Amino acid sequence: MISDLNSRGESSGEVPTNGHGPAGDPAASNAIAVEHIVKKYGDFTAVDGVSFNVKEEEIFGLLGPNGAGKSTLIRMMTTLIPVTAGSARIAGHDVQNDPDAVRRAIGVIPQALTSDLDLTIEENLNIYAKLYDVPAKKRKAAIDELLELVDLTKWRSAQTKTLSGGMRRRLEIARGLVHSPRIFFLDEPTTGLDPVSRVAVWEMLTNIKSHRQLTILITTHYMDEADRLCDRIAIVDHGKLVALDTPAALKASVPGSNVIEAQFDNVPAGWEDRLKKMSEVTSVQHEGAGMYRVLTGDGSRTTTELVEAAVHSGVKIRSLSVQNTTLDDVFVHYTGRQLRDELVKAHAFVMPPRPGLQP
Amino acid sequence: MNHILAIVEREMRKFFRSPALMMASMVFPLVQLIVLGNAFGGKIRDAKLGLVDQDGGTQALKIREAFDSVRANMRTFEPVYYNDPKTAMDDVRNGKIQGAVIIPPQYSRRVYEQDQPRIALVVDNSDNFMSSTLEDELTSITNALNQPTIEPRILQQTVLQIVELYPYIEYMKYLLPGSITLAMFVSVMIGGGMLYIDDKARGVHEGYLVTPITKTELVFGLNAAGAIKAIMTGVVITVIGSLLAGVGTVFNPAIAVQLLILIVLTSVAFNTMMFLLMVRVEDPLVPRAIFGILNTLLFFPSGAIYPIQAFPKWLRGIAAVDPFTFAVHGFKSILLKEAGMTAIWPDMLYLSIFALITLSIATPLFKRTL
Ligand SMILES: Nc1ncnc2c1ncn2[C@@H]1O[C@H](COP(=O)(O)OP(=O)(O)OP(=O)(O)O)[C@@H](O)[C@H]1O
Ligand SMILES: [Mg+2]
Repeated sequence: MISDLNSRGESSGEVPTNGHGPAGDPAASNAIAVEHIVKKYGDFTAVDGVSFNVKEEEIFGLLGPNGAGKSTLIRMMTTLIPVTAGSARIAGHDVQNDPDAVRRAIGVIPQALTSDLDLTIEENLNIYAKLYDVPAKKRKAAIDELLELVDLTKWRSAQTKTLSGGMRRRLEIARGLVHSPRIFFLDEPTTGLDPVSRVAVWEMLTNIKSHRQLTILITTHYMDEADRLCDRIAIVDHGKLVALDTPAALKASVPGSNVIEAQFDNVPAGWEDRLKKMSEVTSVQHEGAGMYRVLTGDGSRTTTELVEAAVHSGVKIRSLSVQNTTLDDVFVHYTGRQLRDELVKAHAFVMPPRPGLQP
Repeated sequence: MNHILAIVEREMRKFFRSPALMMASMVFPLVQLIVLGNAFGGKIRDAKLGLVDQDGGTQALKIREAFDSVRANMRTFEPVYYNDPKTAMDDVRNGKIQGAVIIPPQYSRRVYEQDQPRIALVVDNSDNFMSSTLEDELTSITNALNQPTIEPRILQQTVLQIVELYPYIEYMKYLLPGSITLAMFVSVMIGGGMLYIDDKARGVHEGYLVTPITKTELVFGLNAAGAIKAIMTGVVITVIGSLLAGVGTVFNPAIAVQLLILIVLTSVAFNTMMFLLMVRVEDPLVPRAIFGILNTLLFFPSGAIYPIQAFPKWLRGIAAVDPFTFAVHGFKSILLKEAGMTAIWPDMLYLSIFALITLSIATPLFKRTL
C-alpha cells in the first residue's frame, strides 16, 4: 500500500508512546495537527488531551469502541462543536480562529446518513456543490466524475430513499468530495454495512485516493478494516489516545507473535498459572467458560506443551486454535479489554435510531 | 446568496416531492371551515316543542295555528301535543322534547277580558342556544298574537323570507379569514417546525454545518423556505375557501394584490415566530406536542371564530399581541368588507415588525455548531 513511504521513517519498531504520536519531522507539512485537544460535556470529559499529526496524503485511522470519543474528535476537527481546550489545525488553519477556511479545505461524512431521502442522488450532490461554491460550469463535470468513482452513475436520478445502505454511503462519499477537498473526514463509513458492501467502500476509497491528492481521516471499530486501509492508526479509549503507529508496528509492539485460543473442560485449580509458566508465553487471559487466550512468542512450541499438560492432568481440550496476532490483540494489549466485548455491551446504550435514519 | 438559494431549493424540491405536507396543511383548515361553518352557522330546525292546551278555547286554537304555521314554514320546531303538563315537563327534563308551552285553563277568557293572559314556556336551560332560540321564536309568536290586525298568512310569508335570504353561508364567510390564517399556521407548524426539527435530528443540519455557509445565510434560507411554503398554502386556500364560502372578492385584481401582500407578511411573521420557538429545540416530539397548545393559544383568541369583544380582559391581552389577530383582521377587512389598504396597513405594519423582532431574537440564539 501507499503506507510504506510515510510509515517507514516513523514507526521503526518503537513502542508507541501514550498521548503523543510520532511527531515526525517538524518541517514536513501536516494536513492535520491536533494538540492536547479536550472536549468536556459538563463534568464528563469525552476527549481528554489527545495529540497527533496526520501527514499529507496519509490515510489515518481512529480506532476505538463505542463512546471512545471518535466522533467527538472528528466533530472538533471539522468545526462542528467548540473545542474545550487545546487546538487543532486543519490544512494549516486553526479550527477555532478560522473555521471557514477549514470548512473549505475539508470534506466530511458524518456518522449518520444525512443525505436527503426525498431528493435524487444528483439533486443531493448539486445542492452541496452550491453550498460549497463550486462554480456552475464545473458542477456537472465534478458530479459526473464522482458518480463514476463511486459507481452510482446509473442511479443518478433515483430518489435516495430507494437506495440500499451501501449505496447511500457511497452517495455520502461523493457528496463529501464534491468540492475536491484536500482532507477527507469519514466517521464510521462502514458501520452497518454487510461485508461485501464494506469491501466495496474500501476499494472505492483506495481508488479515489489514487485519483486525487487526498488526506483521509477515518474512524472505525473494525480492526480488519483499519489494518487493511490505514497507513497509521490511533487507538482511542475513554477519550484518550492509547497507541499510535502503523498497523504493522502496532502488531509488533504486542509481546508474543501468536495467539492460542483454547477451551478446556474440568479445569483444575491453578491451571491459569501453569499456562503462564509455559515457555515463550507472555500473557494469559481467562475469558470464561473454560476459554483461555494465550499470547506467545512461539505458537507451535506452546501448543505442544499445552496439549501435553492437558493430557497429563486429565483435562479435556474442547477446541484449540493458533493465529497470528491481529489488531484485536493490539487493542486488548493497550486497553485491557476485548473490542468485540465492548461492542456487544455498548450496543445496549447506542443512541436510539432517529426518525428516518433507517435505510 | 447562492447558499440561501441552495437551502431554499432543497426545501422546495422536498416540498413538491412529498405533497402530503401541502395537503395536510390545507385539509385541516378546510375541514374546519366546512364543518364549523355548517355546524354553527345554521338555525335550529325540527326541535320538538310540547304543547299542553288546558284551555281549549278559541284563543288557544290561535296559538296552535301559529305553531302549525311555524312547522310548515320555518320548521324551527314541530309541536307535540300533551294532555297534562306534568308529562310534558318530564319529557323536557329527559330530553324527549326540547321545550313545552303550557296554555293554562281560562286563557281564552282572560284574553277577552284583557286580564293578564299568560302562557308558560318550559325550557331546558342547560342548553343555552336551544332555549334562547325557542324563547325568541315564542316571543315573536306572542307579539304577532298581540297584533290582531295581522293575518296569519302574512306572518307565514314574513317568516319564510328570513329563512330563504340567509341559508347557512353567513358564518362560513365569517370563518373564512380565520381558516386562511390557520392554513398558513399549519403549514408553518409542519414545514417550519416539525420538518425543521426532524431534519436537525436526522443530521441534515450537520451536513450543512460543515459547509462554508454563514449563520445568517442559514437562518435566512431556512426562514425563506418555510415562508414560501406557507405563502403557497395561503394562496391556494384563499381561492378554495372563497369558492366554498361564496366570497367573490378574490377575483377583483386590486383585492387579489392586497390579499397576496397580506399572505406574504402573515407567512413570514408566522415562520419567524415558529423559528424562534424551535431554534433551540432538539427533540422531534416537542413541535408535535406543542402544536395543539399553540393552535388553541393563537387561533381562538384571534377573533377568527368568536368576536374579541366577547373576551375577558386577559384573553384580550393575548389577542392584542397575537399575530393571528392582525392577520384575521386584515383578511376580514379585505375579503368581507373590501375596506382596502387604509384598513389593513396597521395589520401589515404589525406583522412586519413582529417578524423583524422574532427574527432578531432568534438569529443570535441559532447555533452555528451542533
Ligand atoms: N452532546 C453530548 N452531550 C454529552 N455527552 C456526549 C455528547 N456527545 C457525546 N457525548 C459522550 O461523549 C462520549 C464520546 O462520544 P462519541 O460519539 O465521540 O463516541 P464514538 O467513539 O464516536 O462512539 P461510536 O462508535 O458509538 O460512534 C460518549 O460517552 C458520549 O456519551
Ligand atoms: Mg461515533
